[in-house]
Amino acid sequence: MKDIALLLAEIVGERYVSDRPEEIYFYARDPGLMPPHKPNYVVIPKTTQQIQKIVRLANQQRIPVVPMGAGMSLTGLVIPLKGGIVIDMKRMNKIIEVNEKARYVIVEGGTSQGALKAYLEKNYPRLRHSIPDAPAAATIAANIMIHGQGRLTQQYGFNSDMVAGLEVVLPSGQICKIGSCSLVPGWFSKGAPLPDLSGLFLGWFGATGIITKVALKLYPKKKMRDVEIFITDREDLVPDIVYELTHTEMAEDINIFAQPLPMIFKDNHHITIFITGDTDDELEFKRKMIWGALDGFIKSKDGGFMSIPPALKSTLLEMPQRSVSRFADVKKGGGFEYSGPILLVERYPDCSRKLVELASKYDLAYSAMARIIGRGHCMMFGFSFTFNRADPDMMARVREALQEVSEYVLEIGGVFWKPTIDEQRLAIERMDPTTLNLMKMIKRNLDPNGIMNPGNWEVT
Amino acid sequence: MYTLKFDENLCKTCPTCACLVKCQYLNLGIDEAKQEMMKIIEGEDSFVLQDCVTCYGCEEYCKRGNHPFYLITERREEKGILTSPRAITKQWINIGEPRGKYKLGEVKERVLSFGFMPEFLQLVEGRLFEDVMPSFVFGQEFFCNVVYIHFANTSIIKKRLPMVIDNFRKLGAQEVVCMHDECYGSFAHLAPAYGIEVPFRPIHYFEYLYSRLKALSDEIRPLNIKVAYQRPCSSRLCPDKHHFVKDIMEFIGVDLVDRTYQDENALCCGGIFGMAFGYELKDDVQKRNIDDMVEHGAEYCVFNCPACQNTLAEKVARRGIKPIHIIDLCRMAIGENPVMEVS
Ligand SMILES: Cc1cc2nc3c(=O)[nH]c(=O)nc-3n(C[C@H](O)[C@H](O)[C@H](O)COP(=O)(O)OP(=O)(O)OC[C@H]3O[C@@H](n4cnc5c(N)ncnc54)[C@H](O)[C@@H]3O)c2cc1C
Ligand code: SF4
Ligand code: SF4
Repeated sequence: MKDIALLLAEIVGERYVSDRPEEIYFYARDPGLMPPHKPNYVVIPKTTQQIQKIVRLANQQRIPVVPMGAGMSLTGLVIPLKGGIVIDMKRMNKIIEVNEKARYVIVEGGTSQGALKAYLEKNYPRLRHSIPDAPAAATIAANIMIHGQGRLTQQYGFNSDMVAGLEVVLPSGQICKIGSCSLVPGWFSKGAPLPDLSGLFLGWFGATGIITKVALKLYPKKKMRDVEIFITDREDLVPDIVYELTHTEMAEDINIFAQPLPMIFKDNHHITIFITGDTDDELEFKRKMIWGALDGFIKSKDGGFMSIPPALKSTLLEMPQRSVSRFADVKKGGGFEYSGPILLVERYPDCSRKLVELASKYDLAYSAMARIIGRGHCMMFGFSFTFNRADPDMMARVREALQEVSEYVLEIGGVFWKPTIDEQRLAIERMDPTTLNLMKMIKRNLDPNGIMNPGNWEVT
Repeated sequence: MYTLKFDENLCKTCPTCACLVKCQYLNLGIDEAKQEMMKIIEGEDSFVLQDCVTCYGCEEYCKRGNHPFYLITERREEKGILTSPRAITKQWINIGEPRGKYKLGEVKERVLSFGFMPEFLQLVEGRLFEDVMPSFVFGQEFFCNVVYIHFANTSIIKKRLPMVIDNFRKLGAQEVVCMHDECYGSFAHLAPAYGIEVPFRPIHYFEYLYSRLKALSDEIRPLNIKVAYQRPCSSRLCPDKHHFVKDIMEFIGVDLVDRTYQDENALCCGGIFGMAFGYELKDDVQKRNIDDMVEHGAEYCVFNCPACQNTLAEKVARRGIKPIHIIDLCRMAIGENPVMEVS
């Protein structure tokens, strides 16, 4: 295998290849609960052509290839289950073009959320993208690859719905453009009015190709942003509250959280509603519409808008919201994992009760975090547990609790989001056979040697 | 269990029924007011129990030493009438639960009580408080809990307030300078109304501030500004201390504008109104209040309660009025900088 390292060094330069144990150790794991597995090599390419060469080499040698952004999807999706080459995308971090009037940006496949946010704030203060609450180092390509959700998801759907074009290195090593950019210079649509081929890649976790460029839709950035929190002690009412809220079409983002600590959050479900505006009047108009939509719940004493302490307000208005990362360290030792299935909003009460039941059964610290996707079309419900990495017993309990979540999610009509390998297997088992067959055809044709992130979506 | 001392005979012979007649949120003539008051006393249903917005005003309007608002609160609780949504009530009760996370300064016989308002940890900097600081207490263990009258829940007060008082006693406090009206009102007004013994002397911080300003009078530079004062609901529990606002303003050369919504006519900041009753009431009250400040040419809005300041600061600032806490205003008068942001 030694000559592979040399061949890789010829492609990316010696500095950017490693098979040293300390680096292999690091790239063998992610911050979640999945057991580690070592890669043989790590490469950090700089260009699409380098990726093309790496993939060609891997194909010749039948070596697995695992693309990696920041490795923060937490469910083991970047763990090289069958060894091989981890392609760390971080050096491909250029922001290539912003089309201000058509509101899209083209970035390289390793560009981070934080870099794009900072770039837009500096150069295009009237534009923004749908930033997730993942740490700022998380990458844009990986986020759309796993159908992530961000601040604009309630308005415009999954972050992957905001893709406006892709450049992908296929498992064969060919470079393929997807969307309007395959025909004309503009990167304004990932499919329509052509056949939409983006689905051959998005959601596949790199098992069908490596994204080297993404065009992402940008949206108007208003000058002001504020937040309101409507609280209720009845989880059963949450779906109706969300329905009324989404009907107003006034909110930027709607998240829901429930957790037993600190005491200010005990006993209640917090529907966090973000609003934006260019003027005080616009903001106040939206606030009024939102309060008005929920007035019936206030009058029946079933819920009300809480007063938000200034410190909490500034935490909530952060993008990304660091409170999520802080929760990750509640038990010290920095372990945090959530199962975040996508389900109908009407399942909120079931999920909420199940989470409390599991936390008590396995004696775990928990937090429920839901994000509304589209105008109430569905939601991501995060069953989140925090654990101390130095406490194997606690980790085992979290693992068991999350396994129960997986079973439960399917039972109540949910679909796994960024599924672990076990969840992917479960999905494959239960999926409509014709759909599965179509997936097989795609995978076999695109990646006949099965070198791309093997273990993931192993349908063949 | 402690019970409210309420003298119904005083009401029966009351010539004004000022408690309800003066109420700014219920429109009652004297006859109707009397009738409703008697219903409340007798434990019958009265629309007042449904419609009272918990401004605390009637505790001040009654000049005969009765406690109409405490009675309303008792009756609501007996009948299970909620003022606020359940979730809000639960949240507030949870927040106030003692958790052993209090902070103590170097407690002496005279001690400052911040209750459970973290803003005071900042506000007491500088020379105004140098003769008592660092003798202070902060945390749920020293939080008077009287705010729960907003939530029609006196049982929690009756349970927790004696423990709070006992915590002060255990520290050997002889004089407690209360940094919030509610804190002072609980020891000086509510506790006696319920027969709860208070083994120390509560001092309202206005009184303390006024005496400190006098001691520092050589350093006072008149501020020559026009201000509106935002009177908090809890000030109705200690109306005998309200005169200090005027006294202090005069002393530091501040012109307190003579506006409609001041003194007995003061309007609530709207914070509780929003949480309990929704947008309309909150918006109406805030609008009238701030319009009144603007119309009377106020340059600053002076706050006494940090919660009012949190609720209204941004709103007054947007109308060109600078929000400031009264302590910061006094600090400015002696040449120190305000510690809270003045936008
Ligand atoms: C505290 C915290 C909060 C979070 N909040 C959110 C949130 O609000 N919304 C949200 O959506 N997610 C959230 N996440 C999950 C996750 O971190 C993000 O979705 C993030 O965008 C993933 O990016 P990454 O670069 O870390 O992905 P990685 O883990 O590196 O990769 C994810 C998948 O994409 C593949 N991949 C990576 N790059 C490429 C490429 N160029 N081409 C092809 N395949 C590729 C990988 O092989 C892997 O299968 C959160 C995570 C944490 C830890
Ligand atoms: S409470 Fe006071 S003001 Fe009201 S009726 Fe009784 S005595 Fe009169
Ligand atoms: S508390 Fe206020 S609103 Fe309620 S009856 Fe008394 S004066 Fe009226």
